[in-house]
Amino acid sequence: MIQLKNLSKKYGKFTAVDNIDLHVERGELFGFVGPNGAGKTTTLRMIAGILRPTSGRVLLGGDDVVTNPMSAKARLGFIPDRPFLYEKLTGAEFLRFVAGLYGQDGTVVEKRSNELLDLFELTAWKDQLIEAYSHGMRQKLIISSALIHRPEAIVVDEPMVGLDPRGARLLKDIFRAFVKKGGTVLMSTHTLEIAEAMCDRVAIIQSGSIVVSGSMAELREQTEAGDASLEELFLKVTGGAAAKELAAVLED
Amino acid sequence: MATAHILRPKLQTFMARIRHRESSSGIKTLVIGGVGLIFWTMVFAVTYRMLNYFRGVPEIGPLLAGKLLGLILLSFISILLLSNVITALSSFFLAHDLDLLVSSPVDWLHLYLAKLGETLLHSSWMVALMALPIFTAYGVVFDGGWLFAPFVFVVFLPVLIVPAVIGSAVTLILVNVFPARRTKDILSVIAIGAAGILVLLFRIVRPERITRPEGFQNLLDFITILRTPTSPWLPSEWATSSIMNYLVAGRLDPLPIVLLWSTAASFVVLGSLLHRAAYANGFTKAQEGAERFVKGRFWRVILYPIVHPLSVSKREFVIKDIKLFFRDTTQWSQLILLGVLVIIYLFNIRALPLFTGEEVPFFLITVISFLNLALAGFVLAAIAARFIFPAISLEGRQMWLLRSSPLDLRALIWSKYWIGTIPLLVLALVITIFTNILLQATPFMMGVSVGTIILLTLSISAMALGFGALFPQFETENAAQIPTSFGGLVFMMTTLGLLAVVIVIEAIPISGYLQATFVGEPISVTPAMIGAFVAVVIVCAMATVIPLRVGLRRMEQFEF
Repeated sequence: MIQLKNLSKKYGKFTAVDNIDLHVERGELFGFVGPNGAGKTTTLRMIAGILRPTSGRVLLGGDDVVTNPMSAKARLGFIPDRPFLYEKLTGAEFLRFVAGLYGQDGTVVEKRSNELLDLFELTAWKDQLIEAYSHGMRQKLIISSALIHRPEAIVVDEPMVGLDPRGARLLKDIFRAFVKKGGTVLMSTHTLEIAEAMCDRVAIIQSGSIVVSGSMAELREQTEAGDASLEELFLKVTGGAAAKELAAVLED
Repeated sequence: MATAHILRPKLQTFMARIRHRESSSGIKTLVIGGVGLIFWTMVFAVTYRMLNYFRGVPEIGPLLAGKLLGLILLSFISILLLSNVITALSSFFLAHDLDLLVSSPVDWLHLYLAKLGETLLHSSWMVALMALPIFTAYGVVFDGGWLFAPFVFVVFLPVLIVPAVIGSAVTLILVNVFPARRTKDILSVIAIGAAGILVLLFRIVRPERITRPEGFQNLLDFITILRTPTSPWLPSEWATSSIMNYLVAGRLDPLPIVLLWSTAASFVVLGSLLHRAAYANGFTKAQEGAERFVKGRFWRVILYPIVHPLSVSKREFVIKDIKLFFRDTTQWSQLILLGVLVIIYLFNIRALPLFTGEEVPFFLITVISFLNLALAGFVLAAIAARFIFPAISLEGRQMWLLRSSPLDLRALIWSKYWIGTIPLLVLALVITIFTNILLQATPFMMGVSVGTIILLTLSISAMALGFGALFPQFETENAAQIPTSFGGLVFMMTTLGLLAVVIVIEAIPISGYLQATFVGEPISVTPAMIGAFVAVVIVCAMATVIPLRVGLRRMEQFEF
């Protein structure tokens, strides 16, 4: 469903994403983990069509995001990490607007919008301007907007940030149900426990390149890490020296 | 020391911005510097000329100069009061650094002084820049010498401090009564309304009549009024008396300076006490969002039938843009000023000394009606700079959504273009038709004016959108600041170029028309006339299509 072929992104001389190859199948929940500045967000933004790759291709359901953006983007729901919203629209109006961007309107959208607002416990707030929403409520609204047009794939950057435990649990359930029905989720996260518990496969990215990729069992095999957790794997692959130094800093 | 420490990040940001500007574009700095210099020179020249004239008038010359300075300083104080109230709302209650500062062990007095300093700087720098050429003219005309500069600094600084303290105190009280965001809405409407009424009143009293000799019938009364201080309890009067004493009598009167500084100091003390008593409560209230439930049915009923034939994405875009405009007080309140501008425009045309009972010179009316096109075009360009130019920049923060959806950017450009163009066109037609009716222009001139203004409006609107996409300001949240950017300046200059080209080309048929009418011949449609009008159509079509295409291409390259 999501295919990255030799994908690279350079900013001047700096290479943010370096020749990434990745294939996320239909019905798969894929985790993208890596340290800060590793290139996760840049990769996801290229998949969403917000950034243009310097080289390589992004295919969504076989459609190239650069050469055939309309049909490629119609398949996708994107949830960014720091979303800005139209502060002077209400939640319901925002959802209607997003549906309009995907060419959908009418009673179907109204019904779907009400369902999603209800699901995320935003019904009481649907006629209030977004400027009054809390961070978590905004996050819920963004997730609703990514689902309003019934996408085939969801690309999500740090999905749990700002969500309360109920919201986080709800989102996990939604992603699982979505994947079970044949949808695809590619999510970037720093919460390794969530990635380990939820994802079918995980890729660890560092300095713009995928270092290891596969199921938990495959990752353990590739890194010869015994029965290590994803956190231990992550630290092993990305260099955990900093974590060890932390204790010394705190003691000083 | 702690106050300076709080302000240091602001200073460092400012310096970094300057360094970035210096390294990024020398031309930009040069253009902005050049425009600033021209403005300064103009203000200096006008003040210098007036003061020179006053100086030549025996007895009342210095009085007039003093009166003028008093009026200028009084206007400065009024402007400063209003702008400090608005700025204080941002710096004391809405700024992003407040969470950090309030949660840190920063003494309340240092926080107050730092934020007061920030408010003062942000709201007063423009007034200070404006005052510089005026004071320079006073110094030059009255031979103030080099010491006049530091003297003015000492006198003028408390004039800036007092309104900053009062403005901050008023804001503090308002925030304690209303939620901060609602206060911001109320204040921006009041500020714009007040500015509009002031401009309107100033124009309606017709100050040009003062220049007529019959206005000076009672000279003695006039001198008596001049000798009395306008407002003896205001810092502007103390500053005026101090400066004029220094310049005219050549002596340093300590009393006004002591009054100025003691007032400023006592105001700061009182302001800080008020801050200590009420800031914590006000800051807490400022965190409370003004709950605003909106049903949106009004717009649905009004707009849906009109936009129904459009495609879904265009329709939703148009509705979204209109809702956002009318829900943002800082945006729609500008319409008040726009209304005032139109009234003054028409009033000016009506006040032209053309209709004095004698037979109206046909030549003059035709020329004015023709040149009015350029003036109307300029007004439309200024309005487009304010409302259409920022349209793309304002989408910047939401571009993640637009770019990740299958929205055709042409639909976005299309919606933005027509949302801006239709109201602009209505305004253009109102101005043009009404001015021509007031001027009693001939049907030929009416036809030429209406046709040209339609073409110009379509072009100006497209250029505003195109230049807005070429020079986007994605980091600026305040739409009113976007037109004053470098891109806004380039847009205005290019539009002036377009207006000049159109006027020059149309001068050919208009001069032919004038000549024919002058010798009493019927208007003959010559190839030159047709050629000129066709050329205008081609120029305007190009000025419409090219910016939209370039803007679209630029938008396709945006990366976030």
